[in-house]
Amino acid sequence: MGTYVRPADLPEALTALAAGVAEGRPKVVIAGATDHYPARVGKVIDEDILDVSGLDGLRSIEGHDGGWLIPAGVTWTHLAEAELPPLFDGLRRAARAVGGLQIQNRATIIGNVANASPAADGVPNLMALDAVVELASARGSRQVPVAGFVTGNRSTVRAADELITGLFIPEPDGAARSTFLKLGSRAYLVISIAMVAAVLVTDEDRRITSARVVVGACSAVAERLPELEALLVGRAAAPGLEEVVRPAHLAALSPIDDVRASAAYRREAAEVLVRRALAELVA
Amino acid sequence: MTAWINLSVNGGPVEVEVDPMRRLADVLRDDLGLTGTKIGCNAGDCGACTVRIDGRQACACLVPVAQAAGADVRTVEGLAPVAEPTGFADLAALQRAFLEAGAAQCGICTPGMLMAADDLLERDPVPTEAEIHDGLGGVLCRCTGYRKIIEAVQASAADVGSSPPPTGPAVGSRLPKVDGLERVTGAAAFGADQRPDGMLVVRAVRSPHARARFTIGDLGPLRERHPGLVLVLTAADIRGQNRYGIYATGKDQPALADGQVRHRGEAILGLVGDEATIDAISDGELPITWEPLAALADMDHALAADAHQLHDHAPANILIRGRVARGDVDAVRAQPGLVTAEVDVETTFVEHAYIEPEAGHARRVGDRIELFVSTQTPYMDRDETALVLGLRPDQVRIIPSAVGGGFGGKLDLSVHPLIATAAWLTGRPVRAVWTRPESMAASPKRHPARIHAWAAATPDGDVVGFRFHGDFDTGAYASWGPTVANRVPVHATGPYEVPNVLATTRAIHTNNPPAGAFRGFGVPQAAIAHEALMDDLAARLGIDALELRHRNAIRAGSRTATGQLIRASAGLPACLDALRLQWARLRADAATFNAVAATRGSALRRGVGIGAMWYGIGNTSMTNPSTIEVGLDRDAVVTLYSGAVDIGQGASTVMVQIAADALGVAPAAIQLVSGDTDRTADAGKSSASRQTFVSGNAARLAGEDLRRQLLRLAEVEDTAAGDATIELADGRAIITEPNRPAVAIDLAELPAVGATDPGATPVLLGRGTYDPTTTPLDADGQGDPYETYAFGAQLALVEVDTELGTVKVVRMVAAHDVGRAINPTQVEGQIHGGIAQGLGLALMEAYVPGRTENLHDYLIPTVGDMPEIECLLIEDAEPAGPYGAKGVGEPALVPTAPAILGAIHHATGARITTLPATPDRVLAAIHAVATAGS
Repeated sequence: MGTYVRPADLPEALTALAAGVAEGRPKVVIAGATDHYPARVGKVIDEDILDVSGLDGLRSIEGHDGGWLIPAGVTWTHLAEAELPPLFDGLRRAARAVGGLQIQNRATIIGNVANASPAADGVPNLMALDAVVELASARGSRQVPVAGFVTGNRSTVRAADELITGLFIPEPDGAARSTFLKLGSRAYLVISIAMVAAVLVTDEDRRITSARVVVGACSAVAERLPELEALLVGRAAAPGLEEVVRPAHLAALSPIDDVRASAAYRREAAEVLVRRALAELVA
Repeated sequence: MTAWINLSVNGGPVEVEVDPMRRLADVLRDDLGLTGTKIGCNAGDCGACTVRIDGRQACACLVPVAQAAGADVRTVEGLAPVAEPTGFADLAALQRAFLEAGAAQCGICTPGMLMAADDLLERDPVPTEAEIHDGLGGVLCRCTGYRKIIEAVQASAADVGSSPPPTGPAVGSRLPKVDGLERVTGAAAFGADQRPDGMLVVRAVRSPHARARFTIGDLGPLRERHPGLVLVLTAADIRGQNRYGIYATGKDQPALADGQVRHRGEAILGLVGDEATIDAISDGELPITWEPLAALADMDHALAADAHQLHDHAPANILIRGRVARGDVDAVRAQPGLVTAEVDVETTFVEHAYIEPEAGHARRVGDRIELFVSTQTPYMDRDETALVLGLRPDQVRIIPSAVGGGFGGKLDLSVHPLIATAAWLTGRPVRAVWTRPESMAASPKRHPARIHAWAAATPDGDVVGFRFHGDFDTGAYASWGPTVANRVPVHATGPYEVPNVLATTRAIHTNNPPAGAFRGFGVPQAAIAHEALMDDLAARLGIDALELRHRNAIRAGSRTATGQLIRASAGLPACLDALRLQWARLRADAATFNAVAATRGSALRRGVGIGAMWYGIGNTSMTNPSTIEVGLDRDAVVTLYSGAVDIGQGASTVMVQIAADALGVAPAAIQLVSGDTDRTADAGKSSASRQTFVSGNAARLAGEDLRRQLLRLAEVEDTAAGDATIELADGRAIITEPNRPAVAIDLAELPAVGATDPGATPVLLGRGTYDPTTTPLDADGQGDPYETYAFGAQLALVEVDTELGTVKVVRMVAAHDVGRAINPTQVEGQIHGGIAQGLGLALMEAYVPGRTENLHDYLIPTVGDMPEIECLLIEDAEPAGPYGAKGVGEPALVPTAPAILGAIHHATGARITTLPATPDRVLAAIHAVATAGS
């Protein structure tokens, strides 16, 4: 049986993390613990745990320096019930698609990013929102865009002594709308076969000034579609927008064959979802 | 490390000293004794452990107890306004609504459902159906099909209050489950809910390989590292025969493998010790040397000329062949002018996915062993456990726990051999609770099937020829494979009268998990083939698909493929008649919907399909008697001793209802003793849809026997109308006949008589035994394999997203000939649940050994996947049935997948024959149709 600490403030947490690294036993960080236990069913556990769920003041999303800060303690339910602009509609839809309410009530958005599953429902949305991961350690702090933070299946750039303290979402320069489409084989409690998150920012004439379209579960890390995004900028946010989508725009995806679907299907479905996401945003 | 944690549980302060990372679910159950919170997966996939923490629903299996410090935790035990509810009046409105609606079947998901619903209703007192879906979406139920749960939440929200208990005849009434109260309070003791004092646990060590040889090295160092390790069981410790199996001819499965394993998940060692010790031993530190060998991954490999042979008794890996031959199919094949259809069907392993993993404990009592286990078949368990322990059957006692779902999966031994062996050797109680991955790796599955079928019809639409061959992957051991091989050919034609039939099957051994019994014994797989043929023939003939089925339906006077003359109770035509109007209307609605969708450029298309079925009740051409006793004691208490185990399907309630009417008392007057092999007579297994028909007849005979004895004592002659009334009170039985003075019998003056239960001292004992009349099948499969058959037909309305291949089942209409609905609520519950499992079979369920051993990779339907369901109960009375009843447990599942697949075909033109119809398969099939058409 390992050790367990649940500090009340950040410096104490960072000290504990640093100590774990120094001892050669880096601590396993938990918040909602909803990814922690499922990975350990029937296994012998001997880990030192840092539980960040007791850290102060980390449960509400607030406006912050030209954007919003999602602190480490914010659960999917907090997000779903918060008053937020349409920019967050996609992420809020994801909030009600992560597991059941039981999971949404405990699991944090930060944990979804930290766990770095290729099927994480939060990650494509956060990439579409241009979110920045804020990391702190006893050595200092740094900021890493979500897109660079997740480096592969279950791998991130977080160092063993670092803690994610929050996510910063910059305020777009113009009116922004977002959406999220998740495809699975059943209604609830389903791991995505494919998913698409999209954010469109428009000017006063309803011209697209910025577009971000991200596909999840079709590669080890969710992928932005830069060619498509470039094509969208400057166009009118009007019905028919989805007609610009071409299969080539999704060429960078590297979907796999697994029990949920074939690779070819994932690629095709992703394209359909991209079209529908765009159609929904301009409807 | 441990720490003191303070929290509030159900309003009272609690302090525990535990590992802070201990799961809240374990603290509630093991440290606080609140076993109403169930554990189905320990991974947040099933929601059975749902509790409320500071008001919000959470999976207690995913919460470190330290995070509950200072929190207000609410469990099912805290729902009712009184501490120990003993009746309806003591319950919360939500609990009452669950009981009245029949929302709890086996009851294992019920506490989680109740807590999720409680959370929902507090936030949203009058939820819409969609909001109920969202509120309950995190809790899986495998029994009910969710519809009655939704109904219960709506009723609770509407606060409709309690309906009065039914009066009049018990048979036909919607009596709430007689064992329902403990299911809505969390008091029912399931396999894992008891922790005997001084207990040890045993954990099986299982093979990670599908086929391998292994050696076990020196266990000395392991014992030194873990002083609490009391025993390490190996094959050498099996005292009796280390080969068990349901069939006398098929005893092939070792309790612990001896030097070689034949499937992934096979047990090789049993680690026995205290719980903390056993939990701390990892498989990696065991001195096991594996030599993996080439495994037979599927039937093609198993049938290859160079395949290794798994068992000496199964040459070329063919365990058994089944055959039914009637008329001359070859002559029909040669006949010109017929319309023919042909289909190939392929299905995969399907997991029972009961929410309660296998669990139980054993204790040695002198030279006997007692097992408290989750089982569908106490008497077979008794005999099989005796075999493995080298004891006489009468030295083994099986006490069935509440069963958290079975569906055929709890007809085989599971925890029994190891808990019994360990308890026998140590003299201490020994418990085992399988983890979800262990349950999924080690338990039997539905057989993957590969079927080729062909049918021919005259231009008028008479089906005159049918050829069927099915290969079934029975995995590494026989289990119930022979049943599948025998039952399928009998049912292969579907519920149609066909004069020329050749139906053959093989059960084939592979290095896959054993495939055994699963709701329908292979018939659901066969139905996919015969219903695809009927659809195809209808299309080719230009005859409506329902009418073609009606024309060919087996009815009274028909002869089946086995040559059996069906004399009565064959209500398929009535079922189809009941569906005809909706069939036309739903198809017209779908056409309108599709026309509008096409205009709007929508990718959605709707379609309507139909499936029909029949199913022989009870064992195939084998004796399967049930005996039931009803005792009346000197205090005028009636006790029903029923060995018919209630696995959620409602057998206990059905037996009470039948016995009540047969005796002539109210159901509430009957106490129930269920399933204990020391106290009840053998009522066979809860399988083959046999309990209502077979054990129900035994209960009727027992009740009538007791009634006769009472009337004889009162010198009253019973009339056919059963005019005499029996009143039981104050140690007296008062018999009243119309127009005669009442006769009182002082029961205390009667001498005690014996009963199977050694502790019972009834003064009168009614006893009933029933064994269905069947005949053996000859080499051509000719004979009368069953005394009666259930019939049914279902309609499915689906919506297909033709760009994504996703399928949403919108509506099902189910017409089932049940002979007589002893309890309509329970019959509907069986239909709903069968449809849920049929929907899973059709659209999402695929078990892949080593890959889908959990409930997030293995998908079963959630509340949001279930359509509206309309049940039409057809009561074409079976003369041999108790009050006309047959069975419905398995029949409800059989036509669902065919109806859904037919509906997908109707919507898109794509016929899916490889299951499940996942979105990628559906989309590929839609593309294939488009390509073929262009």
